[in-house]
Amino acid sequence: MATAAAHQAYGTTEDTADTGAYERAFDAAVAADERIEPRDWMPDAYRATLVRQMAQHAHSEIIGMQPEANWITRAPSLRRKAILMAKVQDEAGHGLYLYSAAETLGTSRDELLDKLHSGRQKYSSIFNYPTLTWADVGAIGWLVDGAAITNQVPLCRCSYGPYARAMVRICKEESFHQRQGYELLLALGRGTPEQHAMAQDAVNRWWWPSLMMFGPPDDESAHSAQSMTWKIKRHSNDELRQRFVDICVPQAESLGLTLPDPDLRWNEERGHYDFGPIDWTEFKEVLKGNGPCNEQRLTQRRRAHEEGAWVRESAAAYAARHTSRTDGASKPGETGATRA
Amino acid sequence: MTTTVSATAALALGDDALVLSHRLGEWAGHAPVLEEEVALANIALDLLGQARVLLSTAGDEDELAYLREERAFRNLQLVEQPNGDFAHTIARQLYFSTYQHLLYAGLAATDGPFADLAAKAVKEVAYHRDHAEQWTLRLGDGTETGHERMQRACTALWRFTGEMFQPVDGLDVDLAGMETAWLESVRAVLHRATLTVPEGPRTGAWSAGAGRQGVHTESFGRMLAEMQHLHRSHPGASW
Ligand SMILES: [Fe+2]
Ligand SMILES: [Fe+2]
Repeated sequence: MATAAAHQAYGTTEDTADTGAYERAFDAAVAADERIEPRDWMPDAYRATLVRQMAQHAHSEIIGMQPEANWITRAPSLRRKAILMAKVQDEAGHGLYLYSAAETLGTSRDELLDKLHSGRQKYSSIFNYPTLTWADVGAIGWLVDGAAITNQVPLCRCSYGPYARAMVRICKEESFHQRQGYELLLALGRGTPEQHAMAQDAVNRWWWPSLMMFGPPDDESAHSAQSMTWKIKRHSNDELRQRFVDICVPQAESLGLTLPDPDLRWNEERGHYDFGPIDWTEFKEVLKGNGPCNEQRLTQRRRAHEEGAWVRESAAAYAARHTSRTDGASKPGETGATRA
Repeated sequence: MTTTVSATAALALGDDALVLSHRLGEWAGHAPVLEEEVALANIALDLLGQARVLLSTAGDEDELAYLREERAFRNLQLVEQPNGDFAHTIARQLYFSTYQHLLYAGLAATDGPFADLAAKAVKEVAYHRDHAEQWTLRLGDGTETGHERMQRACTALWRFTGEMFQPVDGLDVDLAGMETAWLESVRAVLHRATLTVPEGPRTGAWSAGAGRQGVHTESFGRMLAEMQHLHRSHPGASW
Protein backbone atom coordinates (compact mmCIF):
# COMPACT_ATOMS: atom_id res chain seq x y z
CA MET A 1 0.00 0.00 0.00
CA ALA A 2 1.15 3.46 -0.80
CA THR A 3 -0.55 4.95 2.21
CA ALA A 4 2.24 5.06 4.77
CA ALA A 5 4.83 6.56 2.46
CA ALA A 6 2.49 9.00 0.77
CA HIS A 7 1.09 10.62 3.84
CA GLN A 8 4.37 11.67 5.37
CA ALA A 9 4.28 15.25 6.47
CA TYR A 10 6.27 17.50 4.21
CA GLY A 11 9.80 17.57 5.63
CA THR A 12 12.17 20.48 5.47
CA THR A 13 14.85 18.57 3.64
CA GLU A 14 16.04 19.87 0.29
CA ASP A 15 17.54 16.49 -0.48
CA THR A 16 16.57 15.64 -4.04
CA ALA A 17 16.66 11.92 -3.42
CA ASP A 18 14.13 12.37 -0.60
CA THR A 19 11.96 14.59 -2.77
CA GLY A 20 12.01 11.87 -5.37
CA ALA A 21 10.73 9.39 -2.82
CA TYR A 22 8.00 11.78 -1.68
CA GLU A 23 6.98 12.36 -5.25
CA ARG A 24 6.71 8.66 -6.01
CA ALA A 25 4.65 8.15 -2.91
CA PHE A 26 2.40 11.06 -3.86
CA ASP A 27 1.90 9.69 -7.38
CA ALA A 28 1.12 6.26 -5.98
CA ALA A 29 -1.41 7.69 -3.53
CA VAL A 30 -3.17 9.63 -6.28
CA ALA A 31 -3.14 6.60 -8.57
CA ALA A 32 -4.67 4.51 -5.77
CA ASP A 33 -7.50 7.10 -5.38
CA GLU A 34 -6.34 8.05 -1.92
CA ARG A 35 -7.00 11.53 -0.57
CA ILE A 36 -4.15 13.99 -0.25
CA GLU A 37 -4.45 15.96 3.00
CA PRO A 38 -3.04 19.41 3.90
CA ARG A 39 -0.04 18.05 5.81
CA ASP A 40 0.96 15.55 3.13
CA TRP A 41 3.80 16.27 0.79
CA MET A 42 2.62 17.45 -2.63
CA PRO A 43 4.31 18.86 -5.73
CA ASP A 44 4.40 22.66 -5.88
CA ALA A 45 2.55 22.64 -9.18
CA TYR A 46 -0.24 20.51 -7.69
CA ARG A 47 -0.58 22.96 -4.81
CA ALA A 48 -0.58 25.94 -7.18
CA THR A 49 -3.17 24.35 -9.47
CA LEU A 50 -5.46 23.61 -6.56
CA VAL A 51 -5.14 27.07 -5.06
CA ARG A 52 -5.88 28.64 -8.43
CA GLN A 53 -8.90 26.41 -9.03
CA MET A 54 -10.35 26.73 -5.52
CA ALA A 55 -9.82 30.49 -5.57
CA GLN A 56 -11.54 30.86 -8.90
CA HIS A 57 -14.35 28.71 -7.62
CA ALA A 58 -14.69 30.72 -4.39
CA HIS A 59 -14.62 34.00 -6.33
CA SER A 60 -17.37 32.65 -8.61
CA GLU A 61 -19.56 31.91 -5.61
CA ILE A 62 -19.32 35.41 -4.22
CA ILE A 63 -19.51 37.28 -7.53
CA GLY A 64 -22.37 34.97 -8.46
CA MET A 65 -24.38 36.43 -5.59
CA GLN A 66 -24.70 39.73 -7.46
CA PRO A 67 -26.86 38.85 -10.48
CA GLU A 68 -29.37 37.06 -8.27
CA ALA A 69 -29.28 39.52 -5.37
CA ASN A 70 -30.34 41.97 -8.07
CA TRP A 71 -33.83 40.44 -7.79
CA ILE A 72 -34.22 39.92 -4.02
CA THR A 73 -35.94 43.26 -3.49
CA ARG A 74 -38.29 42.67 -6.43
CA ALA A 75 -39.20 39.01 -5.91
CA PRO A 76 -42.89 38.74 -6.86
CA SER A 77 -44.09 36.60 -3.93
CA LEU A 78 -42.93 36.18 -0.37
CA ARG A 79 -42.32 32.48 -0.93
CA ARG A 80 -40.03 33.20 -3.89
CA LYS A 81 -38.34 35.94 -1.94
CA ALA A 82 -37.48 33.53 0.88
CA ILE A 83 -36.16 30.93 -1.57
CA LEU A 84 -34.02 33.48 -3.37
CA MET A 85 -32.61 35.00 -0.19
CA ALA A 86 -31.72 31.54 1.07
CA LYS A 87 -30.05 30.73 -2.23
CA VAL A 88 -27.92 33.85 -2.27
CA GLN A 89 -27.00 33.12 1.34
CA ASP A 90 -25.98 29.59 0.36
CA GLU A 91 -23.62 31.02 -2.28
CA ALA A 92 -21.95 33.18 0.38
CA GLY A 93 -21.59 30.02 2.46
CA HIS A 94 -20.01 28.20 -0.50
CA GLY A 95 -17.54 31.03 -0.80
CA LEU A 96 -16.69 30.59 2.88
CA TYR A 97 -16.13 26.82 2.58
CA LEU A 98 -13.93 27.26 -0.46
CA TYR A 99 -11.79 30.06 0.92
CA SER A 100 -11.29 27.89 3.99
CA ALA A 101 -10.32 24.92 1.82
CA ALA A 102 -7.80 27.13 0.03
CA GLU A 103 -6.44 28.27 3.40
CA THR A 104 -5.45 24.68 4.16
CA LEU A 105 -2.83 25.14 1.44
CA GLY A 106 -1.42 28.21 3.10
CA THR A 107 -3.16 30.92 1.10
CA SER A 108 -5.28 33.35 3.11
CA ARG A 109 -8.69 34.65 2.11
CA ASP A 110 -7.37 38.22 2.14
CA GLU A 111 -4.64 37.32 -0.28
CA LEU A 112 -7.11 35.67 -2.65
CA LEU A 113 -9.63 38.52 -2.42
CA ASP A 114 -6.81 40.88 -3.23
CA LYS A 115 -6.10 38.94 -6.39
CA LEU A 116 -9.78 38.98 -7.33
CA HIS A 117 -10.06 42.72 -6.77
CA SER A 118 -6.94 43.50 -8.75
CA GLY A 119 -8.04 41.27 -11.63
CA ARG A 120 -5.19 38.78 -11.20
CA GLN A 121 -7.60 35.94 -10.55
CA LYS A 122 -10.79 35.22 -12.43
CA TYR A 123 -14.28 34.07 -11.60
CA SER A 124 -16.70 32.19 -13.81
CA SER A 125 -17.53 34.30 -16.87
CA ILE A 126 -21.19 33.36 -16.68
CA PHE A 127 -21.71 36.00 -14.00
CA ASN A 128 -20.75 38.73 -16.44
CA TYR A 129 -24.17 38.43 -18.03
CA PRO A 130 -27.02 40.59 -16.69
CA THR A 131 -30.22 39.41 -14.99
CA LEU A 132 -32.77 41.43 -16.92
CA THR A 133 -36.04 39.89 -15.75
CA TRP A 134 -37.37 37.80 -12.90
CA ALA A 135 -37.21 34.74 -15.17
CA ASP A 136 -33.42 35.08 -15.21
CA VAL A 137 -33.44 33.95 -11.59
CA GLY A 138 -35.08 30.73 -12.73
CA ALA A 139 -32.80 30.34 -15.74
CA ILE A 140 -29.73 30.76 -13.55
CA GLY A 141 -30.97 28.15 -11.10
CA TRP A 142 -31.88 25.65 -13.77
CA LEU A 143 -29.01 26.18 -16.19
CA VAL A 144 -26.15 27.81 -14.31
CA ASP A 145 -26.49 25.84 -11.09
CA GLY A 146 -27.26 22.82 -13.28
CA ALA A 147 -24.03 23.25 -15.22
CA ALA A 148 -22.16 23.88 -11.98
CA ILE A 149 -23.44 20.57 -10.58
CA THR A 150 -22.41 18.69 -13.70
CA ASN A 151 -18.95 20.20 -13.32
CA GLN A 152 -18.74 19.76 -9.59
CA VAL A 153 -20.16 16.36 -8.79
CA PRO A 154 -16.92 14.72 -10.05
CA LEU A 155 -14.99 17.13 -7.80
CA CYS A 156 -16.49 15.39 -4.77
CA ARG A 157 -13.95 12.67 -5.63
CA CYS A 158 -11.11 15.14 -6.18
CA SER A 159 -7.74 13.90 -4.90
CA TYR A 160 -7.36 16.83 -2.49
CA GLY A 161 -9.35 16.00 0.67
CA PRO A 162 -10.51 19.43 1.89
CA TYR A 163 -11.66 20.42 -1.61
CA ALA A 164 -13.50 17.14 -2.11
CA ARG A 165 -15.25 17.48 1.24
CA ALA A 166 -16.26 21.09 0.58
CA MET A 167 -17.71 19.97 -2.75
CA VAL A 168 -19.87 17.32 -1.12
CA ARG A 169 -21.63 19.96 0.96
CA ILE A 170 -21.80 22.41 -1.91
CA CYS A 171 -23.24 19.96 -4.42
CA LYS A 172 -26.13 19.09 -2.10
CA GLU A 173 -27.14 22.74 -1.96
CA GLU A 174 -26.55 23.34 -5.67
CA SER A 175 -28.99 20.59 -6.50
CA PHE A 176 -31.65 22.37 -4.42
CA HIS A 177 -30.90 25.54 -6.37
CA GLN A 178 -31.22 23.71 -9.65
CA ARG A 179 -34.61 22.25 -8.70
CA GLN A 180 -35.87 25.58 -7.39
CA GLY A 181 -34.82 27.31 -10.61
CA TYR A 182 -36.57 24.65 -12.66
CA GLU A 183 -39.69 24.98 -10.54
CA LEU A 184 -39.65 28.78 -10.91
CA LEU A 185 -39.51 28.43 -14.70
CA LEU A 186 -42.23 25.80 -14.62
CA ALA A 187 -44.55 28.24 -12.82
CA LEU A 188 -43.79 30.89 -15.45
CA GLY A 189 -44.12 28.43 -18.32
CA ARG A 190 -47.58 27.48 -17.09
CA GLY A 191 -48.50 31.06 -16.24
CA THR A 192 -49.80 33.94 -18.31
CA PRO A 193 -48.55 34.47 -21.89
CA GLU A 194 -46.36 37.31 -20.58
CA GLN A 195 -44.80 35.01 -17.97
CA HIS A 196 -44.20 32.30 -20.56
CA ALA A 197 -42.52 34.80 -22.87
CA MET A 198 -40.38 36.05 -19.99
CA ALA A 199 -39.22 32.49 -19.28
CA GLN A 200 -38.47 31.74 -22.94
CA ASP A 201 -36.50 34.97 -23.31
CA ALA A 202 -34.39 34.17 -20.25
CA VAL A 203 -33.62 30.66 -21.47
CA ASN A 204 -32.68 32.06 -24.88
CA ARG A 205 -30.15 34.37 -23.28
CA TRP A 206 -28.69 31.94 -20.74
CA TRP A 207 -28.43 28.73 -22.80
CA TRP A 208 -25.24 29.41 -24.76
CA PRO A 209 -23.32 31.07 -21.93
CA SER A 210 -24.21 28.02 -19.79
CA LEU A 211 -22.63 25.71 -22.35
CA MET A 212 -19.52 27.87 -22.24
CA MET A 213 -19.24 27.25 -18.48
CA PHE A 214 -17.56 23.92 -19.22
CA GLY A 215 -14.61 25.76 -20.67
CA PRO A 216 -12.90 25.62 -24.06
CA PRO A 217 -13.09 22.50 -26.22
CA ASP A 218 -10.76 19.68 -25.18
CA ASP A 219 -8.15 20.35 -27.85
CA GLU A 220 -7.70 23.91 -26.57
CA SER A 221 -7.91 23.35 -22.84
CA ALA A 222 -4.66 24.46 -21.23
CA HIS A 223 -4.69 22.70 -17.86
CA SER A 224 -6.78 19.62 -18.53
CA ALA A 225 -4.27 16.79 -19.05
CA GLN A 226 -2.22 17.41 -15.91
CA SER A 227 -5.33 17.96 -13.80
CA MET A 228 -6.72 14.62 -15.01
CA THR A 229 -3.54 12.79 -13.98
CA TRP A 230 -3.70 14.45 -10.57
CA LYS A 231 -7.39 13.55 -10.30
CA ILE A 232 -8.34 17.13 -9.67
CA LYS A 233 -10.37 16.78 -12.82
CA ARG A 234 -12.09 13.54 -13.80
CA HIS A 235 -13.82 14.25 -17.10
CA SER A 236 -12.99 16.42 -20.07
CA ASN A 237 -14.77 19.72 -20.78
CA ASP A 238 -16.51 18.33 -23.84
CA GLU A 239 -17.62 15.21 -22.02
CA LEU A 240 -19.24 17.25 -19.25
CA ARG A 241 -20.80 19.67 -21.73
CA GLN A 242 -22.38 16.76 -23.60
CA ARG A 243 -23.68 15.30 -20.35
CA PHE A 244 -25.27 18.66 -19.50
CA VAL A 245 -26.95 19.01 -22.90
CA ASP A 246 -28.34 15.48 -22.63
CA ILE A 247 -29.85 16.31 -19.24
CA CYS A 248 -31.31 19.68 -20.30
CA VAL A 249 -33.09 18.78 -23.53
CA PRO A 250 -35.83 16.63 -21.99
CA GLN A 251 -36.15 19.06 -19.08
CA ALA A 252 -36.73 21.96 -21.50
CA GLU A 253 -39.48 19.88 -23.11
CA SER A 254 -41.19 19.35 -19.76
CA LEU A 255 -40.95 23.07 -19.11
CA GLY A 256 -42.66 23.79 -22.42
CA LEU A 257 -39.71 25.91 -23.45
CA THR A 258 -37.39 25.61 -26.43
CA LEU A 259 -33.61 25.78 -26.43
CA PRO A 260 -32.22 28.34 -28.88
CA ASP A 261 -30.28 25.92 -31.09
CA PRO A 262 -31.67 24.81 -34.48
CA ASP A 263 -29.04 22.04 -34.67
CA LEU A 264 -30.15 20.36 -31.49
CA ARG A 265 -31.32 16.81 -32.23
CA TRP A 266 -31.01 13.29 -30.91
CA ASN A 267 -28.23 11.27 -32.53
CA GLU A 268 -29.23 7.63 -32.34
CA GLU A 269 -25.78 6.41 -33.28
CA ARG A 270 -23.92 8.41 -30.64
CA GLY A 271 -26.63 8.02 -28.05
CA HIS A 272 -26.37 11.76 -27.37
CA TYR A 273 -27.89 15.02 -28.52
CA ASP A 274 -25.99 16.82 -31.24
CA PHE A 275 -25.79 20.56 -30.75
CA GLY A 276 -24.67 23.54 -32.80
CA PRO A 277 -21.32 25.33 -32.72
CA ILE A 278 -20.50 27.47 -29.70
CA ASP A 279 -19.41 31.06 -30.28
CA TRP A 280 -15.95 30.90 -28.73
CA THR A 281 -15.21 34.44 -29.79
CA GLU A 282 -17.90 35.63 -27.40
CA PHE A 283 -16.45 33.40 -24.67
CA LYS A 284 -12.96 34.84 -25.12
CA GLU A 285 -14.22 38.40 -25.21
CA VAL A 286 -16.16 37.99 -21.95
CA LEU A 287 -13.13 36.27 -20.40
CA LYS A 288 -10.95 39.21 -21.45
CA GLY A 289 -13.23 41.60 -19.60
CA ASN A 290 -15.49 42.71 -22.44
CA GLY A 291 -18.68 41.04 -21.28
CA PRO A 292 -21.77 43.09 -20.47
CA CYS A 293 -21.16 43.17 -16.71
CA ASN A 294 -17.46 42.52 -16.03
CA GLU A 295 -16.81 46.08 -14.97
CA GLN A 296 -19.98 46.34 -12.93
CA ARG A 297 -19.44 43.09 -11.00
CA LEU A 298 -15.85 43.85 -10.09
CA THR A 299 -16.64 47.44 -9.19
CA GLN A 300 -19.42 46.39 -6.84
CA ARG A 301 -17.16 43.78 -5.24
CA ARG A 302 -14.34 46.25 -4.73
CA ARG A 303 -16.70 48.87 -3.39
CA ALA A 304 -18.25 46.49 -0.86
CA HIS A 305 -14.76 45.52 0.26
CA GLU A 306 -13.46 49.09 0.49
CA GLU A 307 -16.57 50.44 2.16
CA GLY A 308 -16.38 47.57 4.63
CA ALA A 309 -12.73 48.21 5.52
CA TRP A 310 -13.54 50.37 8.54
CA VAL A 311 -15.91 47.68 9.84
CA ARG A 312 -13.29 44.95 9.59
CA GLU A 313 -10.64 47.22 11.12
CA SER A 314 -12.85 48.16 14.03
CA ALA A 315 -13.72 44.50 14.67
CA ALA A 316 -10.03 43.60 14.59
CA ALA A 317 -9.13 46.43 16.97
CA TYR A 318 -11.87 45.35 19.34
CA ALA A 319 -10.77 41.72 19.19
CA ALA A 320 -7.14 42.67 19.82
CA ARG A 321 -8.11 44.72 22.85
CA HIS A 322 -10.35 42.06 24.32
CA THR A 323 -8.59 38.80 23.50
CA SER A 324 -7.27 38.41 27.02
CA ARG A 325 -10.65 39.11 28.53
CA THR A 326 -13.43 36.61 28.73
CA ASP A 327 -16.37 38.92 28.31
CA GLY A 328 -18.09 36.64 25.86
CA ALA A 329 -17.55 38.77 22.77
CA SER A 330 -17.05 36.52 19.77
CA LYS A 331 -15.00 37.18 16.68
CA PRO A 332 -16.82 38.41 13.56
CA GLY A 333 -16.46 34.97 12.01
CA GLU A 334 -18.47 33.44 14.79
CA THR A 335 -21.56 35.50 14.17
CA GLY A 336 -22.36 33.84 10.87
CA ALA A 337 -24.49 31.06 12.22
CA THR A 338 -26.09 29.22 9.36
CA ARG A 339 -29.76 29.01 8.78
CA ALA A 340 -31.52 26.32 10.72
CA MET B 1 -58.21 30.12 26.12
CA THR B 2 -58.07 31.05 22.48
CA THR B 3 -58.52 34.63 21.54
CA THR B 4 -59.19 35.68 17.98
CA VAL B 5 -56.16 37.25 16.43
CA SER B 6 -56.35 40.98 16.19
CA ALA B 7 -55.70 41.94 12.58
CA THR B 8 -54.29 45.26 13.75
CA ALA B 9 -51.71 43.58 15.92
CA ALA B 10 -50.87 40.93 13.30
CA LEU B 11 -50.30 43.64 10.71
CA ALA B 12 -48.20 45.74 13.06
CA LEU B 13 -45.86 42.87 13.93
CA GLY B 14 -45.99 41.33 10.46
CA ASP B 15 -45.16 44.59 8.73
CA ASP B 16 -42.26 45.22 11.11
CA ALA B 17 -40.77 41.87 10.17
CA LEU B 18 -41.55 42.18 6.47
CA VAL B 19 -40.06 45.64 6.08
CA LEU B 20 -36.93 45.02 8.14
CA SER B 21 -36.34 41.77 6.28
CA HIS B 22 -36.55 43.67 3.01
CA ARG B 23 -34.06 46.29 4.17
CA LEU B 24 -31.63 43.59 5.32
CA GLY B 25 -32.08 41.85 1.98
CA GLU B 26 -30.72 44.97 0.31
CA TRP B 27 -27.34 44.16 1.86
CA ALA B 28 -26.92 40.98 -0.23
CA GLY B 29 -23.71 41.30 -2.20
CA HIS B 30 -22.70 44.49 -0.36
CA ALA B 31 -21.78 43.32 3.14
CA PRO B 32 -18.43 44.35 4.67
CA VAL B 33 -17.28 40.76 5.21
CA LEU B 34 -18.42 37.39 3.90
CA GLU B 35 -19.57 36.17 7.33
CA GLU B 36 -21.97 39.11 7.43
CA GLU B 37 -23.44 38.17 4.05
CA VAL B 38 -24.45 34.96 5.79
CA ALA B 39 -25.50 36.55 9.09
CA LEU B 40 -27.60 39.38 7.64
CA ALA B 41 -29.33 36.99 5.25
CA ASN B 42 -29.96 34.68 8.15
CA ILE B 43 -31.71 37.43 10.12
CA ALA B 44 -33.61 38.60 7.05
CA LEU B 45 -34.86 35.04 6.47
CA ASP B 46 -36.00 34.65 10.08
CA LEU B 47 -37.90 37.90 9.85
CA LEU B 48 -39.46 36.99 6.52
CA GLY B 49 -40.61 33.71 8.03
CA GLN B 50 -42.23 35.58 10.93
CA ALA B 51 -43.82 38.06 8.53
CA ARG B 52 -45.36 35.29 6.45
CA VAL B 53 -46.95 33.64 9.49
CA LEU B 54 -48.24 36.94 10.85
CA LEU B 55 -49.59 38.32 7.59
CA SER B 56 -51.27 35.00 6.85
CA THR B 57 -53.26 35.31 10.05
CA ALA B 58 -54.55 38.67 8.81
CA GLY B 59 -55.25 37.68 5.19
CA ASP B 60 -53.37 36.58 2.08
CA GLU B 61 -49.66 37.20 2.62
CA ASP B 62 -48.94 38.30 -0.95
CA GLU B 63 -51.99 40.52 -1.27
CA LEU B 64 -51.02 42.22 1.95
CA ALA B 65 -47.36 42.61 1.05
CA TYR B 66 -47.74 43.59 -2.57
CA LEU B 67 -51.09 45.28 -3.02
CA ARG B 68 -51.41 47.63 -0.07
CA GLU B 69 -50.63 51.30 -0.46
CA GLU B 70 -48.04 52.97 1.70
CA ARG B 71 -50.61 54.45 4.10
CA ALA B 72 -51.99 51.00 4.88
CA PHE B 73 -48.70 49.64 6.24
CA ARG B 74 -48.51 49.49 10.02
CA ASN B 75 -44.77 48.98 10.63
CA LEU B 76 -42.66 51.17 12.87
CA GLN B 77 -40.82 53.97 11.14
CA LEU B 78 -37.61 52.58 12.64
CA VAL B 79 -37.57 49.43 10.49
CA GLU B 80 -38.15 51.27 7.22
CA GLN B 81 -35.15 53.57 7.69
CA PRO B 82 -32.60 53.10 4.89
CA ASN B 83 -29.62 50.86 5.62
CA GLY B 84 -27.12 53.72 5.66
CA ASP B 85 -23.65 52.51 6.52
CA PHE B 86 -23.09 49.29 8.46
CA ALA B 87 -23.28 51.23 11.74
CA HIS B 88 -26.78 52.49 10.94
CA THR B 89 -27.88 48.98 10.11
CA ILE B 90 -26.45 47.70 13.38
CA ALA B 91 -28.01 50.52 15.42
CA ARG B 92 -31.38 49.76 13.80
CA GLN B 93 -30.85 46.07 14.61
CA LEU B 94 -29.90 46.83 18.19
CA TYR B 95 -32.93 49.00 18.86
CA PHE B 96 -35.38 46.75 17.06
CA SER B 97 -34.16 43.30 18.10
CA THR B 98 -34.00 44.34 21.74
CA TYR B 99 -37.62 45.47 21.48
CA GLN B 100 -38.70 42.41 19.51
CA HIS B 101 -36.98 40.06 21.94
CA LEU B 102 -38.74 41.62 24.93
CA LEU B 103 -42.03 41.67 23.05
CA TYR B 104 -41.90 38.03 21.95
CA ALA B 105 -40.70 36.88 25.34
CA GLY B 106 -43.71 38.68 26.81
CA LEU B 107 -46.14 37.28 24.26
CA ALA B 108 -44.75 33.76 24.62
CA ALA B 109 -45.59 33.89 28.32
CA THR B 110 -49.25 34.71 27.68
CA ASP B 111 -51.96 32.37 26.43
CA GLY B 112 -52.93 34.91 23.79
CA PRO B 113 -53.13 34.40 20.03
CA PHE B 114 -49.44 35.14 19.40
CA ALA B 115 -48.04 32.83 22.04
CA ASP B 116 -47.06 29.98 19.69
CA LEU B 117 -45.44 32.20 17.10
CA ALA B 118 -43.66 34.18 19.81
CA ALA B 119 -42.33 31.06 21.51
CA LYS B 120 -40.66 29.99 18.27
CA ALA B 121 -39.55 33.46 17.18
CA VAL B 122 -38.07 34.43 20.53
CA LYS B 123 -35.18 32.00 19.94
CA GLU B 124 -34.40 33.49 16.55
CA VAL B 125 -34.64 36.99 17.89
CA ALA B 126 -32.30 36.20 20.77
CA TYR B 127 -29.67 35.52 18.11
CA HIS B 128 -30.50 38.76 16.27
CA ARG B 129 -30.12 40.68 19.50
CA ASP B 130 -26.82 39.03 20.30
CA HIS B 131 -25.55 39.74 16.79
CA ALA B 132 -26.46 43.41 17.13
CA GLU B 133 -24.96 43.73 20.60
CA GLN B 134 -21.68 42.12 19.58
CA TRP B 135 -21.36 44.43 16.60
CA THR B 136 -22.26 47.47 18.67
CA LEU B 137 -19.32 46.58 20.90
CA ARG B 138 -16.92 45.98 18.01
CA LEU B 139 -17.81 49.22 16.29
CA GLY B 140 -18.21 51.37 19.39
CA ASP B 141 -15.17 50.06 21.19
CA GLY B 142 -12.99 49.34 18.15
CA THR B 143 -11.31 52.03 16.09
CA GLU B 144 -11.94 55.74 16.31
CA THR B 145 -13.79 55.66 12.98
CA GLY B 146 -15.91 52.77 14.17
CA HIS B 147 -16.76 54.65 17.34
CA GLU B 148 -17.69 57.86 15.52
CA ARG B 149 -19.87 56.12 12.98
CA MET B 150 -21.62 54.00 15.59
CA GLN B 151 -22.27 57.02 17.77
CA ARG B 152 -23.71 58.95 14.85
CA ALA B 153 -25.98 56.02 13.93
CA CYS B 154 -27.24 55.48 17.47
CA THR B 155 -28.04 59.17 17.80
CA ALA B 156 -29.70 59.43 14.40
CA LEU B 157 -32.09 56.55 15.01
CA TRP B 158 -32.85 57.38 18.64
CA ARG B 159 -35.91 59.44 17.81
CA PHE B 160 -37.56 56.44 16.14
CA THR B 161 -37.49 54.34 19.31
CA GLY B 162 -40.37 55.84 21.32
CA GLU B 163 -42.95 54.53 18.90
CA MET B 164 -42.19 50.95 19.86
CA PHE B 165 -43.93 51.36 23.20
CA GLN B 166 -47.16 52.95 22.06
CA PRO B 167 -50.18 50.70 22.54
CA VAL B 168 -51.36 48.51 19.68
CA ASP B 169 -54.90 47.15 19.57
CA GLY B 170 -54.89 43.47 20.43
CA LEU B 171 -51.35 43.38 21.74
CA ASP B 172 -51.65 42.43 25.36
CA VAL B 173 -48.27 43.16 26.91
CA ASP B 174 -46.91 45.36 29.65
CA LEU B 175 -45.54 48.17 27.48
CA ALA B 176 -44.33 50.32 30.35
CA GLY B 177 -42.36 47.42 31.80
CA MET B 178 -40.96 46.61 28.38
CA GLU B 179 -39.86 50.17 27.86
CA THR B 180 -38.00 50.21 31.15
CA ALA B 181 -36.29 46.92 30.31
CA TRP B 182 -35.45 48.16 26.80
CA LEU B 183 -33.88 51.36 28.09
CA GLU B 184 -31.91 49.49 30.70
CA SER B 185 -30.59 46.96 28.19
CA VAL B 186 -29.74 49.42 25.43
CA ARG B 187 -28.06 51.80 27.86
CA ALA B 188 -25.95 48.96 29.22
CA VAL B 189 -24.83 47.86 25.74
CA LEU B 190 -24.02 51.41 24.66
CA HIS B 191 -22.14 51.93 27.88
CA ARG B 192 -20.05 48.79 27.37
CA ALA B 193 -19.39 49.94 23.82
CA THR B 194 -18.06 53.25 25.22
CA LEU B 195 -20.88 55.07 23.41
CA THR B 196 -22.96 57.92 24.79
CA VAL B 197 -26.65 57.25 25.29
CA PRO B 198 -28.45 59.75 23.03
CA GLU B 199 -30.33 62.49 24.81
CA GLY B 200 -33.00 63.62 22.38
CA PRO B 201 -36.68 62.87 22.83
CA ARG B 202 -37.91 59.47 21.76
CA THR B 203 -41.46 60.57 20.96
CA GLY B 204 -43.26 63.83 20.49
CA ALA B 205 -45.28 65.80 18.01
CA TRP B 206 -42.21 66.54 15.89
CA SER B 207 -40.54 63.15 16.17
CA ALA B 208 -41.46 59.72 14.93
CA GLY B 209 -44.46 57.91 16.24
CA ALA B 210 -46.90 57.39 13.45
CA GLY B 211 -45.84 54.27 11.52
CA ARG B 212 -48.43 52.29 13.41
CA GLN B 213 -51.03 54.75 12.13
CA GLY B 214 -49.81 54.45 8.54
CA VAL B 215 -47.76 57.62 8.41
CA HIS B 216 -44.30 56.79 7.12
CA THR B 217 -41.07 58.45 6.11
CA GLU B 218 -40.15 59.48 2.58
CA SER B 219 -37.87 56.59 1.69
CA PHE B 220 -40.58 54.03 2.46
CA GLY B 221 -42.58 54.82 -0.67
CA ARG B 222 -39.56 54.08 -2.84
CA MET B 223 -38.90 50.88 -0.99
CA LEU B 224 -42.47 49.73 -1.65
CA ALA B 225 -42.30 50.83 -5.29
CA GLU B 226 -39.35 48.52 -5.79
CA MET B 227 -40.81 45.69 -3.75
CA GLN B 228 -44.26 45.75 -5.34
CA HIS B 229 -43.47 46.66 -8.92
CA LEU B 230 -43.15 43.22 -10.49
CA HIS B 231 -46.09 41.71 -8.63
CA ARG B 232 -48.34 44.63 -9.57
CA SER B 233 -47.21 44.52 -13.21
CA HIS B 234 -48.86 41.11 -13.65
CA PRO B 235 -52.28 41.35 -11.99
CA GLY B 236 -53.64 37.97 -11.01
CA ALA B 237 -50.54 36.04 -12.10
CA SER B 238 -49.19 33.34 -9.84
CA TRP B 239 -45.49 32.85 -9.31
FE1 LIG C 1 -22.74 27.82 -5.06
FE1 LIG D 1 -25.94 27.67 -6.35
